[in-house]
Amino acid sequence: MSTIEERVKKIIIEQLGVKEEEVKSEASFENDLGADSLDTVELVMALEEEFETEIPDEEAEKIRTVQAAIDYVTNHAND
Amino acid sequence: MTTTMQGQVALVTGASRGIGKAIAQQLTQQGVKVIGTATSDSGAAAISDYLGDMGEGRQLDVTDAESVATVLKAIDESYGQLDILVNNAGITKDNLLMRLKDDDWDAVLDTNLKSVYRLCKAVMRGMMKRRHGRIINISSVVGTTGNPGQTNYCAAKAGLAGFTKALAQEIAARGITVNCVAPGFIDTDMTKSLTDDQKEAIFANIPASRLGQPEEVAAAVVFLASPGAAYITGETIHVNGGLAMV
Repeated sequence: MSTIEERVKKIIIEQLGVKEEEVKSEASFENDLGADSLDTVELVMALEEEFETEIPDEEAEKIRTVQAAIDYVTNHAND
Repeated sequence: MTTTMQGQVALVTGASRGIGKAIAQQLTQQGVKVIGTATSDSGAAAISDYLGDMGEGRQLDVTDAESVATVLKAIDESYGQLDILVNNAGITKDNLLMRLKDDDWDAVLDTNLKSVYRLCKAVMRGMMKRRHGRIINISSVVGTTGNPGQTNYCAAKAGLAGFTKALAQEIAARGITVNCVAPGFIDTDMTKSLTDDQKEAIFANIPASRLGQPEEVAAAVVFLASPGAAYITGETIHVNGGLAMV
C-alpha cells in the first residue's frame, strides 16, 4: 500500500504531466510545475476521486503546492 | 476523428415542444440518446412518448439547483456519461420597461440566464474528465438587436453570448466547445403570443418573408454538437431568415 505522499505525487505527475523529480514538496503547481488555474481545478478533482472525499472550494483554493496537497489529504484522511 | 454521434448522450432542456422538441428529435436521428426536460410531469411524459426507446423525459426546474442536481445524478446512473448539453429552456415576460415588474425581470433572468450557469457548472466535471463535451445555448436574435418590450429577455439572451465566450475560453483546451444558436422568429408557441402589430413589424424586416421552423434551428444545433464542429467555439450561429446579419 502506497503512502498518502506517494499517491498524491503520482496524481500530480499524471495530471500535470511533469517528471517525478520535479514534484518536490515545496513546488508550486502554477509557478514551478507549469499548471494553469484550470489544471489546478482538475488536480483537486483527481485528488477528490483518489481519496474519495469532497474538498470545499475555499479549501481547494489553498492547495497550491505539493506539500499543501499532501497536508490536506493527510489531515482529512480519516474524515 | 470520430464522425458519428452514435451512442452519445444529450440533455435538452425545455424539450416538450417547439425548438427544444425539434432539437431532441433530430439528435435521436443521429443515434444520440436524449434526456429531454420539462417543468411539468405531464410535459416530461409527453417527451418520453415521442422519444420512445431513444431517451426519456424528466421533470426539471432549471431555476432550482437541487432539481438540476437530481436530474444530472439520474443521467449519470442510467447512462454514465453526458456528451451534449442544450440549454434551450426559456420564458418571456414581456412589458415596456416602465411597466415591467421586478418579478418578471427576475424570472426571465433566472430561467434564461442563471439556469445556464447552473447547468453548465453541473456538467463541467464530467465533460472535463472525458475531455469531450458540447454545450449549445439557445439565445435569440433579440439578444443582438434588442426588441422593445423585452428588456429582460434581451438582457438575458445578450448575457448568454458573453457567458458562452468566457466559458468557451476557459475550457477549449479540454475538448469542450460552447456555442450559441440564435433563432430569429420561429413558428412556436412563444411567437404565437406576439401581438399582430409586433408580427407585422417583424415580417417587414425578414428577407425570407416567413417564420422559421423549429427544425431549421435544430439543424444548426445538431451541427454544433457533431464531431465536425470540434473547432468552432464561442460562436453564435444566427438562424433568422436574414432578419439580422451580424
